[in-house]
This record gives sequence, C-alpha cells and structure tokens, in this order.
Amino acid sequence: MGILKKIFGSKASVQQLPAGTVTVDRHGQIITSTVSSTFPQTLLQDIGRDVLELFREARLGQIPLAEVSLHFGSLRITARELRGGAIIFLFPKTALSNTPIPVRS
Amino acid sequence: MDTRHKILVLDDDADWLSLCRDQMATLPSHPEILTANNAKRALALLETEKVRLLISDLKMPRIDGLQMIAIVRRRFPATRTVVLSGLEDEEYRSRAYALGVDLFWLKSEMQRNTKLFSECVESLLGQSDREHDTGFRGLQSKSLMDIIQMECLSRSSTVLRITRGPLVAKLWIQDGELADAECEGARGEAAFRRLLAWRTGTFENLPAELNRERTVTKSLNALLLESAQNIDETANPGTEPESLESDLHRKTMWKLAQLTREGAEFVVAMPLEGGEPEALGTQNVEALAKWTKCAADTARKLGERLEAGPLSHVAAQSTERHSIMLVRGDRAFLVGWPAEAVENMVDKSRKLVASWES
Repeated sequence: MGILKKIFGSKASVQQLPAGTVTVDRHGQIITSTVSSTFPQTLLQDIGRDVLELFREARLGQIPLAEVSLHFGSLRITARELRGGAIIFLFPKTALSNTPIPVRS
Repeated sequence: MDTRHKILVLDDDADWLSLCRDQMATLPSHPEILTANNAKRALALLETEKVRLLISDLKMPRIDGLQMIAIVRRRFPATRTVVLSGLEDEEYRSRAYALGVDLFWLKSEMQRNTKLFSECVESLLGQSDREHDTGFRGLQSKSLMDIIQMECLSRSSTVLRITRGPLVAKLWIQDGELADAECEGARGEAAFRRLLAWRTGTFENLPAELNRERTVTKSLNALLLESAQNIDETANPGTEPESLESDLHRKTMWKLAQLTREGAEFVVAMPLEGGEPEALGTQNVEALAKWTKCAADTARKLGERLEAGPLSHVAAQSTERHSIMLVRGDRAFLVGWPAEAVENMVDKSRKLVASWES
C-alpha cells in the first residue's frame, strides 16, 4: 500500500460520517452493521470499544446504565446495552434534521 | 509597514487557486493573498503570517478541509474561516458550521454570485480587525454597574435583559430607579446582588413595564455600594477561619438551593486535568466523578477521530435516573435527574452548570 500511495499519490477525499446501526459483542467485535462499507471498519470498532468502555466504567462504579447518547455538533451516537455488548445507532445531523433526546416514558 | 489584511486560500486545484486569488485581489480593502495547495503548507503559513481569513476547500488529500478547520479553530482561534467547496451534500455544510466556520459557500454558487461572495468576505475581514477600527463601538469596556448607572442617570424607564450563556436576568428600571430584578431564580435585591457578580454577558433594552410590582426599596447607589463592598470582600477574603467557613457555607447553600429549584438530584464537577471532584446531592462522589471523567475523555477523543464537531453533551439513562454530562471550561459536570422524565433536561443542566460556575 505504501508503494502504491507513493506512485499514485493519495486521493482527495473528505471523511464521511457514519450512518446506520451496529451491534458489538462484549469484546467489542462487530457482529452486524448497516453502516456503509466505505466507512473505515477500524473507526467503527473504535466507536464500539469506546461505548462498551462507558458501560463498563458505569458498572464498575455501581451505576449501571441502560443507554448512553453522545451528542456532537454533527453526529449523535446512541448506544443501548445488550447483555455485555451493545447496539449502537449512528445518526449524522444535517441542517434539516431534528434529533431530540429520546425520553423514555 | 504593510497593514493590509492577509487572506490564505487553500485548495489542491491549482486552477481554482489562481481563480480565487484573482477574485480576492479585487476586494475593496486590497488584501494580501497567500495560497497553499495542501494543508501542511497552509499550516506553515498560518504559523508565520498573521492571517485574518482562511478560505479552504474540503476535499483534499491527506488532511481534508474539515480536519484543517478543526486544527485552525483550535490553534488559531482569531482567524476567520470560510469553506469553499464543490461538495453539494448538505451534511458537509452542517459539519462545517458545527466546527465553527464563519461561512460555507459552494464553488458553483460563488461563481454565479461573485459579488455577493466578495461582500461576505470583505465583511468578515472587517469583523476580525477591530483594533484598527475607528469610532465608537458598543460598551465593551463598561461593567454592568456602569450600564445600570447610565440608564438610571438618564432617568429612563426600561427593562434591561442581561444574558450570560444560558443564564438570563432582567432589571426593571422606572424613571431612573431600580424597581425589580430577577436573576437565577432570585428576585429583588438578592437577584440584583447576584447579577452584579457576573463579569461578562450581553444586554438589550426592552420596552418599559410600568406596572411591574416594586420589590427593590433601597436606592441604586446604596445597592451598588453594598455590592462593591461584597465584591471587594470576596476578592480579598478575611484570613479568619470563621469568615472563610461562612463564605464557603453561603456558597454551598446557594448551590443547593439552585439544585433543588431545578429539580435535579445531584451535580458532580470533575476537573479534566485531574484533581478533587466537587459534588452536591450524592454520596457516590468517587464513582460518579470517575465515570464523568471517562465520558468526557472518551467523547473528546471520539469526536476528534470522527470529525463530528464539538461535543454538546452526553446523556445517560438507567432505570433509576437520567444523567447529563457537560464540559464547561476545564471541568466536566454530571447532573443527575429523577427517572420520571424531566423536560428540557439538557437546557436545565446547562443553566445549573453555568450558575454553579458563577
């Protein structure tokens, strides 16, 4: 890859935001994903690992969580705990999208 | 000495770079135009030149435009930023604005509307160079005390609405006398004293409300004198342990009152660079502070890796409660709310945190 890059140079691009749903097991391995395959898998794994870390830290502190949502300027990551693993929803925000905080009744 | 503004144009397309340079050269302020065909070169120029405005493409090799904007916003906050891109997907516009760019234009729009684009750029250059402007410009160097005194001296009737982040306060002035005040849940003289502790903010004059019930009976001068004395005492606290203890007690009571008024269960404040957490309303301080720090660090790293813009907040939910994590200044705050859903939890948390910090 390094040699090919040197010959052809790197392609101009902008990193996409992930959109879709991912499920990860308790070890952070991706089980299913509806996120575009053009999105780097390593980044998806990073998301899974970080989300599991948040659930794990909460359990260790005796404050078990059912759901965590990270709200960024242009992306919302919502994760629900699934028996040690997690289901993660990735919602890019656009100027037209409205992404209120999910409130459970 | 050359006092012209400097504009840096960054694009990997040499033809477009040249077109942009020619276009920018026609601006009425005759700025100096610098160009770079990659982010690395642009960063080197930003390090050495005092650039007022960066115009950047998005789609570029190695470091893309969004990454570049994120770096510039962090390292050169005074530099204004404009994105000029050929990517018509609305998502990029949102992401660019989320990163804090001043302007987003499509290249096709810019070619169709060169005059308007030039005017926008010229306006941004003007905004960023306040030190060379002449004439009177608002009341930036005046304190809140000065503003209130000016209103009262002119014997006017008005409502002053003062905003500081998510906090809003109001002062009712009738014929040059302070009639009522509202600030952070307090009313009357207590609200006025609380308000005078604010160091920054914005204000606006609203139409007078002459029927407003009068709650302030002291004269404005007496109140200002008392407040100035209080501020002096806070800045130079007494050395007696009793005085320090009572000051601490007063602050704690105030924070507790705020917490109860908003309906929150607890607040935990954790310094991001490490240190002792501060908390009210919970016994489980250590565990909550640890999770708060973990959430703040994780969110920051994830946001940077994904180029998802700045973190707004982290919402966590369990069967017992909702929690909102916010970062303000050099501390991360965790605000706990009862499980029975509370409306506007995020806004209320923001207010609570802003009030906690003041």
